[in-house]
Amino acid sequence: MPLLSIEKVTKSFGGLTAVSNVSMHLNKGELVGLIGPNGAGKTTLFNLLTGVYEPTSGSIKLQLEEEKNPRELGGLKPYNVTKTGLARTFQNIRLFKDLTVLDNVRIAMHQNIQYQLPSAFLHFNKYHKEEDRLKEEAERLLDIFHLAHKKNELAKNLPYGEQRHLEIARALATKPVILLLDEPAAGMNPQETASLTETIKWLRKEFDLTILLIEHDMSLVMKICERIYVLDYGMLIASGKPAEIRANKRVIEAYLGEEVSHA
Amino acid sequence: MTSVLTKKNLLILGCILLTFVLVQVLMSVGFITSFHEITLATICINIILAVSLNLVTGFTGQFSLGHAGFMSIGAYVCALIVMRFDSVAGFLVGILAAALAATIVGILIGIPTLRLKGDYLAIATLGMAEIIRVVFLNLEITNGAAGLSGIPRYTNWFWMYLFVVLTIVLINNFIRSSHGRACISIREDEIAAESMGINTTKFKVMAFAIGSFFAGIAGALYASYFYFIKPNTFGFLKSIDILVIVVLGGMGSITGSIIAAVLLALVSTFLQSFTAVRMIFYALVLVIIMIFRPQGLLGTKEITDLFKFRRKNERIE
Amino acid sequence: MEQFLQQVVNGISLGSIYALIALGYTMVYGIIKLINFAHGDVYMIGAFVGFAAITYGKMGFFPALLVAMISCAIIGVVIEKVAYKPLRNSTRIAALITAIGVSLFLEYVMMFFVGAEVRSYPKVLTEKAFHLGSVVINMQQIYIVLTAIALMILLQFIVHKTKTGKAMRAVSIDPDAAQLMGIKVDSTISYTFAIGSAFAGAAGVLVGIYYNSIDPLMGILPGLKAFVAAVFGGIGSIPGAMIGGLTIGTMETFVSGYGNSMYRDAAVFLFLIVILIIKPSGLLGKNTREKV
Repeated sequence: MPLLSIEKVTKSFGGLTAVSNVSMHLNKGELVGLIGPNGAGKTTLFNLLTGVYEPTSGSIKLQLEEEKNPRELGGLKPYNVTKTGLARTFQNIRLFKDLTVLDNVRIAMHQNIQYQLPSAFLHFNKYHKEEDRLKEEAERLLDIFHLAHKKNELAKNLPYGEQRHLEIARALATKPVILLLDEPAAGMNPQETASLTETIKWLRKEFDLTILLIEHDMSLVMKICERIYVLDYGMLIASGKPAEIRANKRVIEAYLGEEVSHA
Repeated sequence: MTSVLTKKNLLILGCILLTFVLVQVLMSVGFITSFHEITLATICINIILAVSLNLVTGFTGQFSLGHAGFMSIGAYVCALIVMRFDSVAGFLVGILAAALAATIVGILIGIPTLRLKGDYLAIATLGMAEIIRVVFLNLEITNGAAGLSGIPRYTNWFWMYLFVVLTIVLINNFIRSSHGRACISIREDEIAAESMGINTTKFKVMAFAIGSFFAGIAGALYASYFYFIKPNTFGFLKSIDILVIVVLGGMGSITGSIIAAVLLALVSTFLQSFTAVRMIFYALVLVIIMIFRPQGLLGTKEITDLFKFRRKNERIE
Repeated sequence: MEQFLQQVVNGISLGSIYALIALGYTMVYGIIKLINFAHGDVYMIGAFVGFAAITYGKMGFFPALLVAMISCAIIGVVIEKVAYKPLRNSTRIAALITAIGVSLFLEYVMMFFVGAEVRSYPKVLTEKAFHLGSVVINMQQIYIVLTAIALMILLQFIVHKTKTGKAMRAVSIDPDAAQLMGIKVDSTISYTFAIGSAFAGAAGVLVGIYYNSIDPLMGILPGLKAFVAAVFGGIGSIPGAMIGGLTIGTMETFVSGYGNSMYRDAAVFLFLIVILIIKPSGLLGKNTREKV
């Protein structure tokens, strides 16, 4: 059984069907791409996976190795989805802008905190021990993205590329099993994209992750994803290995169609 | 760093004790007269109110216009208890009961209303406070519009100061904990906070409950200091009073709330006999601050940031 | 049954007044997404201007009404230019705090000049009353309802048939796009404040006549209730504000008539909270969601 199974998921807003009868799966350790023209429903699908929206119909199941039965994620609140092991980044960067880099990461660690309200008020020894551990772990994460020396800067003062990196670090701080990246290379120059590609590959190995990636930059997707799903008008129009997708007629049509309408 | 008795903590403790003794001495030599003492009481009570509202509005970002409602619950509960059990023990039990009653009402009100955002939440909390006021106006035990008078006076400098210090220390500690950071993340970006595993509803209600708890204490101290309470003491304008302090000092700065509470209490004392002028002044403070310095006097800075800054400079040298 | 009908009559006249105030709230919110807290105080100023016009200017009902409406329109525009315009791009909470500040300012400046005491309104309308069975409809109520209806028809005409109205609708949907289409956003917002405030001024005169008493803090509660009416109808919706006003007015007279008049205000607020929780977009409002 795959780690994550999306079964016939549909989401409609009033009369508009943003995601229609989509079925997908992620196997443990895979790096899967999700592509499609603008407005194809990619981000809506992410929002369904992470609990921001509730599916109109269909189910989303997470099968963890150590558990016997799969868990249903559809309809869970976002924080509960995060607790079960899905973490995400946002297409339009939603950092805690006026907080420090360190705090951004520490907030994401809250769900694993080992002290209770009394310690929060009275700063017992447990508080100090935990806070020290938290800080250490956060700094280790930041180090991976070369952000450790900027830990006391406000997130909004980081350059764009580093903000994207901080978002990934923050998502990792929730200790996810599955990482959902929403256009992580958007707005990056080719060098930055190249270095991001390496980082993503390395992260998957280092943190034993399964990654689902929405991306507009086709070269990035084709380069690193093992499998690709293609959405158009909310429907799944193709899936397969990068080479297969590149040759798929419907995919080419969908993208060409977009280009024609853009002109 | 795991010990409570760090150099910094000892220094803070020393300052706290020194302030207490200083005021106590000034009172006993008659430099601070009983007239000044009223201003002092106002300052203390307003600090508790402003710091607790700051937790809700400044740190958690939940705009409440009903803080006086929780204060009134504390005031009535403590008054009713201390009027029956006229002793220091009765007073302390009254304060505890006041704080708990306000917390319970805060939770009950918070759960439904905190789902609302921004200006809608503001209006809903205003409405809730008005409902509380109307209930007190109509209850027999609270003596309706006439209010309660002859409440025994136990609130003195010692108790006021103790509760001010407790409020500041506890709320400051809370903000600097993981729970506090979770609250702040809600102010920054609620959707991102939820996606990072923060149960936003829980933390909003938690902040609201803590805020109500301390507002209840402030109310209790008020009742047992001024002898007399009536529902209209805790109307919309009282909530605005507290809000002005928080906004002026800076939403998200405890130091700011303390400074603003002192400043505004002094101004009010000077303008005591000119209610209209005082309120015009308050109104102008709100508008001018919002237009020219919306972050308030201190923004989100604290007095402790000053020390951090110095330490950083030293390292550079 | 007769008491019931009497309450309906009273409710409709009170509700028409709330509707007039609610229109201003809803129009301003629709266009700049601000709860104009000071709106209730503009209505208070309208009542005082009407009072002055009748007492010192020896004017009749209609001239006094007109004077009050014009004065309030000017005050509304000035408030917008001085206090709200500098904050157009800041947070909504900052704007709301400013609005509260403006509200306090108007209340206490008025109190500074005229004192805090309650004044009784001069009688400009005949005391005649009509009896339908045991239901009494007095002249004031007829004037109130007819004035309110006339003004609402006028508003519908402005919003739907004039260029200014079209501009107002455009700005409320998308100010940036409206600007690009050559609509003068600033003056459209000024018009909105002028019209909304004029209506509040009219409501002030009508309330003075109806309750026969005015004071500088009279705007707070009716202002809040009119806001509740606007929310109930669906904030931003003009017909919604009318329905909301009538609903709140009727509800209030019924709570006073059948229950305990002391709980009248609490009932309105409870109603507000219930609406906000069950259907925050109101009866005729549009649902909006944040984009993620």
